[in-house]
Amino acid sequence: MSTRLFQVWRGDAEQGGLVDYEVEVQEGMVVLDAVHEIQRTQAGDLAVRWNCKAAKCGSCSAEVNGKPRLMCKTRLDELPEGQPVRVEPLRAFPLIRDLVTDVSWNYEVNKLIPPFTPRPGVEWRMGQADVDRITEFRKCIECFLCQDVCHVLRDHDLKSRYFGPRFMVRIAALEMHPLDGLDRTELLAHAGGIGLCNITKCCGDVCPEHIKITDNAIIPLKERVVDRFYDPLPIFGRRLRSAR
Amino acid sequence: MSQYESHDYDVIVIGAGGAGLRAAIEASAQGARTALICKSLLGKAHTVMAEGGIAAAFGNVDEQDNWRTHFQDTLFGGKYLNNWRMAELHAKEAPDRVRELEEWGGVFDRTPDGRMSQRPFGGHTYRRLVHIGDRTGLELIRTLQDKGVHAGLDVFMECTITRLLKDGDRVCGAFGYWRASGEFVVFKAKAVVLATGGIGKCYRITSNSWEYTGDGHALGYDAGAELVDMEFMQFHPTGMIWPPGVIGLLVTEAVRGEGGILRNAEGERFMERYDPKRMELSTRDVVARAIFTEVKEGRGSPRGGVFLDVSHLPAALVKRRLPSMYDQFLNLAGIDITREPMEIWPTTHYAMGGIKVEAETGASRVPGLYAAGECSGGMHGANRLGGNSLSDLLVFGKRTGEGAAHYAASAPAPAVEDDAIEAAAQEMLGYLDGPGEEDPYTLHAELQETMHTLVGIFRERADLAQAVERLEGLAQRAPHVRVSAGGRVYNPGWNQCRDLQNMVVCAQALSRAALLREESRGAHSRLDFPGFDDYWGGHNLLVAKDGDGMKIEPRPVVKVAELEPLVVERRHQEEAALE
Repeated sequence: MSTRLFQVWRGDAEQGGLVDYEVEVQEGMVVLDAVHEIQRTQAGDLAVRWNCKAAKCGSCSAEVNGKPRLMCKTRLDELPEGQPVRVEPLRAFPLIRDLVTDVSWNYEVNKLIPPFTPRPGVEWRMGQADVDRITEFRKCIECFLCQDVCHVLRDHDLKSRYFGPRFMVRIAALEMHPLDGLDRTELLAHAGGIGLCNITKCCGDVCPEHIKITDNAIIPLKERVVDRFYDPLPIFGRRLRSAR
Repeated sequence: MSQYESHDYDVIVIGAGGAGLRAAIEASAQGARTALICKSLLGKAHTVMAEGGIAAAFGNVDEQDNWRTHFQDTLFGGKYLNNWRMAELHAKEAPDRVRELEEWGGVFDRTPDGRMSQRPFGGHTYRRLVHIGDRTGLELIRTLQDKGVHAGLDVFMECTITRLLKDGDRVCGAFGYWRASGEFVVFKAKAVVLATGGIGKCYRITSNSWEYTGDGHALGYDAGAELVDMEFMQFHPTGMIWPPGVIGLLVTEAVRGEGGILRNAEGERFMERYDPKRMELSTRDVVARAIFTEVKEGRGSPRGGVFLDVSHLPAALVKRRLPSMYDQFLNLAGIDITREPMEIWPTTHYAMGGIKVEAETGASRVPGLYAAGECSGGMHGANRLGGNSLSDLLVFGKRTGEGAAHYAASAPAPAVEDDAIEAAAQEMLGYLDGPGEEDPYTLHAELQETMHTLVGIFRERADLAQAVERLEGLAQRAPHVRVSAGGRVYNPGWNQCRDLQNMVVCAQALSRAALLREESRGAHSRLDFPGFDDYWGGHNLLVAKDGDGMKIEPRPVVKVAELEPLVVERRHQEEAALE
């Protein structure tokens, strides 16, 4: 057993800073284990959000050495030795206390998305290939790391104009569901603000579920929006039809 | 008087895992003004950890399957202590509840002709579990969550309920605090549904997260409800054993369902000696005991468990059918399960025991109080079959939401008493600035150690008596816990003070019932009483509050006359198989 230095952000929206903690580390330990150890032995009031500890619930999101990560999935032995481990809260969301942020905005956005609506009279059969395609999106654990790293939300704070990668993934799952009968293109183009995404792919890089957010969700959805609103040929066709 | 905000609803549902969500959706659909209150963020409840699937006798893969066989399997798995009526409703209604999920956007793996596929699982006669890879629970909770946000109900996240409020005999609301601010809140309600899940945090090694502190069990008990089958705690046979930080983390039964093999250090497929017919897919109680015995008799793996191996299966199949297990072992343990065996050890997983409810409505014996899911009892008897919890929470979540809404429709307006609210507030404030000197983390560790060493997989009188005595001491000390630092804002130490009280109640009920049941049945194994006992085979143990004490009494199992032939048929089949 050896000890390692942790610098954990303590404080609230008003004030705070990094606080040093020495933790005895065991083989195979993850950052969340260390945070719990600090909680148990040195700072019983250290605020941290966590649940499953198995990378399945997406609760323990934080920034470890400046990178958005799940604390339960970040092993200490993969972080550079001889350097302190810096643990900070997500930066794109308002701070509540210590490592806990207010992510309620995400839940408000979710309500704006029309739910799955089967086509009338649909037969409940699907091919495995169709299932596999949307399974990539449905395995999202809502850790909001993609929201945290998205420039539109993090640097420009345009939460009022863009739903963020998490909800592009959610809409992709609905739009590509073979039995769904709704069209959410209008929502994507306007309230959803898909045009604000400039495809830097940072969201996919931090996804613990390895969802190819940009390639498989956002770009195909952008194509639908472009087809509908910006492709001159269909626009001309629609005008022609409505003029008759 | 302490400050608090106040809300008024017809039905409040406490807990937002599968059972709570399903109950809230149904209550709202019945026209009740409904609130859903959860300790964590929405969608994070332990239902996400249910991996293998939902048991529902569709017969999509094995055409012979039907509700009768599912009912028989459930009773055989529960060693005939189940509430027969609950097991019947469950088996009959599970397929409709799963179909409903699909209509709400849930997506499951398919058969070649495009129907829902079904996989084999321990104790199920036929391939019965509807699944999506090994993340079925996430699919279920996300589907219900997305349905729920459009169902006209209000969701209150990160809110912990600490007491139920009563008006005379009936429950009329709940008191709690917001984690984010530490401020108090009162929910007035005509009916309250408890759906708080399990009690796994009473044990040191558990698959459960911080939330599973038996809140619903203890709140219901305090309000006058009975707890049933508390001595039956399921140890899931396969939890991770290494690295230390993930001890107890669940390894889904789907690993065995897909063909995983258990071996001891000598390379022997030891299940041949314990259940040659069902092998790895025997019921969880049998497999957990077998693993324990192998290790105890010196045939354990280097880290003190046994091996679970899927490396004989095609790597592509493992990655497709068990993707999150593949990730979990690769990331957390550095093990590629397509090439090397996993090392596993049983982990505390599921409380069969819970609030005694009426099968049809989920009503407890306290007017206005309902329960569904893991915090209710009766459905699973002495041992739950894998896959039967997701179906349980769908079937009885719906029924309970309906039951609570119907009751609320004709119940009088809730009348909460100021004194009760003030007492609840003072309790919470006392954990911050009271005279107590006990540390909540230390007491929790002592409680876990007691349960772990004295009320584990194998039990005996001396250990159980000692556990009861130690827990008595802990019960005396628990009210005197206090946090040393921080205020009311998102303070886990403060939160722990309250959760600890609930765990003490659950641990006491569990150990005392375990001491009384002098036989071995399902998840309850007594070294001093190794066999079945006829008397106990026909009786459940009921725990209830009696003044300041805890009263425990046996009561005959709830049977249904017209189901008798099915039960007799199964008993004969099992007896014939043994001869």
